Amino acid sequence: MSLTVVVVHPDLLGTYGDGGNGVVLVQRARWRGMDADLVEARSDARLPAGDLYCLGGGEDAAQTASAERLRADSVLEAQVARGVPVLAVCAGYQIVGRSFAASDGRLLPGVGLLDVATAKGPGPRPVGEVLAEPLDPALAPLTGFENHGGLTTRGPDAPPLARVVVGVGNGDGTEGTRSGHVVGTYLHGPVLARNPALADLLLSWATGRPLEPLDDAEEEALRTERLAAVRPWTLRAGSGRQGLRARGRS
Amino acid sequence: MTTRAHPARVRAAVAATRLVNALSRRFGAGSGSVAGGHAGLAIDPGLLEHLSAGRTVALVSGTNGKTTTTRLLAVAIEGALGRAATNATGSNMPTGHVTALASAPPGAPAVLEVDEGYLPQLVGTLGPDVTVLLNLSRDQLDRTNEVRMVANKWRRALAASPGTAVVANADDPLVTWAACAAAARVWVGAGLSWREDAVGCPACEGRIEFVAGPGAGWACRCGFARPRLDVSLEGDQVVLADGTRLTLTLALPGRFNRANAAMAAAAAAAMGVGWTTSLERIASVDEVAGRFAVVEVGGCNARVMLAKNPAGWRELLDVLCPGEGPVVVGINARVADGRDPSWLWDVPFERLRGRTVVATGERCRDLAVRLHYAEVAHRTIRDEVAAVRAAWLSTGAPSSGAPPRNGSAREVEFVGNYTAFTDLRARASGRGS
Repeated sequence: MSLTVVVVHPDLLGTYGDGGNGVVLVQRARWRGMDADLVEARSDARLPAGDLYCLGGGEDAAQTASAERLRADSVLEAQVARGVPVLAVCAGYQIVGRSFAASDGRLLPGVGLLDVATAKGPGPRPVGEVLAEPLDPALAPLTGFENHGGLTTRGPDAPPLARVVVGVGNGDGTEGTRSGHVVGTYLHGPVLARNPALADLLLSWATGRPLEPLDDAEEEALRTERLAAVRPWTLRAGSGRQGLRARGRS
Repeated sequence: MTTRAHPARVRAAVAATRLVNALSRRFGAGSGSVAGGHAGLAIDPGLLEHLSAGRTVALVSGTNGKTTTTRLLAVAIEGALGRAATNATGSNMPTGHVTALASAPPGAPAVLEVDEGYLPQLVGTLGPDVTVLLNLSRDQLDRTNEVRMVANKWRRALAASPGTAVVANADDPLVTWAACAAAARVWVGAGLSWREDAVGCPACEGRIEFVAGPGAGWACRCGFARPRLDVSLEGDQVVLADGTRLTLTLALPGRFNRANAAMAAAAAAAMGVGWTTSLERIASVDEVAGRFAVVEVGGCNARVMLAKNPAGWRELLDVLCPGEGPVVVGINARVADGRDPSWLWDVPFERLRGRTVVATGERCRDLAVRLHYAEVAHRTIRDEVAAVRAAWLSTGAPSSGAPPRNGSAREVEFVGNYTAFTDLRARASGRGS
C-alpha cells in the first residue's frame, strides 16, 4: 500500500524539531516495504489529503495563524472523521483542542479534535525532561522534552495519554490526550524518535493492519540512556507527583 | 541606568576585575573572564558605562558568526585605530565585557561580542558607535526567547539609541525589522541559508516570500521588504553601492565566513577604516577561538569546527560536502548547548550518506537515532577522543605514534556543538601537523 504522511504547516509549526516525527513515520513504513511519502504542507495552501497528519510546536503568533488556517480549511476535521490518525505536539496539541490562549491572553478557538482547553500557566514555563507512564499497556514508558507556556485541562471525552512520572505535562499529573486516533502530547525529542512504539501505534491505525517488528537497537539505546538520566532524580526526590512538580517548575 | 563615575571607585573596580581574573586563571577555576567581571560590577554597578567612556565602541550580535565577526572586526581596525578591547574568548555577557574593557588601556577602541538576549541592555548602557546585527534563528529554545521576541527587543533598544549606526544583514527579515528602527543603517546582503525562522512577517504576521537567483530578495504583501543594499556579496566579491568590486581572500572556509568578513569590513568602514585595508588585514585570519584549527588529539589530526544549531549546520554541511574523509559529530545538551537536542532533526544529515560518520558526545544516542533515520551508516562512541581515533583509524592511518607529517592532509573532521567543541579543544595536545 501507499502511505502519505502530512507534516502540517512546517513553516509555522516547525520550531521545535517536531518535523522529525514525519521522517520517523515514513522511514518505519518504508523499512517494512511500504510505499510512503512525506508531504510538507505549508500554510499558504489548503491542507492536502493524507493518511496520517503530524502537527508540531511553534511560536505564539505562528500558532494563532496556523489555527486560523486549519479552521478555515476544515480538512483536518473531515479526515479525522474518516478515522485518519493525527499526532499533535505542543502548540499543535493546543491547536487541535477546543480553545487555547494567545500570547496576549485572549482565548482563541481551536480545531476541536480533542476535548481539551489550554490556558496560560501561572508560573514559569515547564521546561525539561519528561517521563510518563502510558495508560495503554501496549505502549512503553514515554520519554521526551517539554517546553510550553500553557497548561491543558482535559474534558470528559479526553482521556490522558499517560501519567507523568517526571515533568509537568498537562499540569494535572497527566501527559497528553488520546481520543480515537488523535494523540496530543507536549513531548519533543521528537517524540516518535524517542518512542518508536507510539510511532508504530499511529502507523497501525493508518494502515489498518498489524506491523512486523523492526530492529530498534538505536532507539532502545537512546531510551535506556534517557530513562536512566531522569530516574535517579525520581529516586532522590521520592516518588509520585510532588517531586516531579518541583522539578518541572524549578 | 546612568551613574556618575567616581574615579576611585572605577579604579578599584578595574583592579578587582583584573585581580580576580588572574586568580581564577592561576588556580584553574575558570576561563578568567567571568569571575573578575562579577567582582568589578559588585564594586561599581555602572562599571561598563564608565569603562566605555571615551572609546569608540562596536557591538556584534546575532545567532551565528558573532565570535568570528568580532575577531575579524577587531583585526580590521587594529592598524588604523589601535588594538581593540575585545572579548575574544566568547564571554559575551556583561561580566565578559567588563573584563575585556578593564584589560585594555583607556581610549582603546572596543569591539564586543554580545549575546542576543543582552544586546538591548548593552546598547542602552554603552551607546555604541556601531552595532553589527548578523542573523537570528532558533537556538537553545529551552532557555532563550523565541527569535521573533528577540527581534522586537532589539528594535526597541535601537529606536531608543539614535547615536548608533547599525550594520545589518538585510537578507534576514528579522534583523531588518530590528535595524529599521535605527537612525543610521548600512544594509549588507550577507545571505541567509536557513529561512525556516524567517517566513512569518514581523511587521504584519503575514508571509514573507523569498525570491531566488539574481536580484534575490524578500518581501511581504504589507510592503515590508528587503531594503536597497549598500553592500552585496556575490560569490567571493564584495560589491559596494558605487559599483566598486573587491575580492575576498580568506583563510577561513565557507560562505558564512565570507558573510562574516563582509559584515566586519562594513562595520570597519562605518568606523572610518577603508575597505581595502580591512580586507587585507582580515585575509590572514585562519582560525577564530579554535574554529577550523587542526589539532592533535589522541595521536590523530582533527580539524575542529563548531555548529550549534540548524542554521549553523546548514552552512557547515556546505563546507563538509562534497567530501570523502571521516566526520565525527559531537553533541552535548548542557545549559550552554540547550538541553533539548530535538533540533538535530532540522539538520539534513542525509548529506553525509556514504561517509564514515562517528556519533559522539553526551547525547551521541540522540544523534545516532537521527543518523539511523537519515540512513547514514555510523558508529556511536561516547568519548570524543576515542571517537576521533576510531574515525582516524578508518582512514588507514598508523594506529599509534605521531600522525604522518608528510602533508598528506589526512585528518578527521570534527564538528561539535558548543560544549562538545570546547571539550575536544581542551583535550587536544597541541596544534596538528
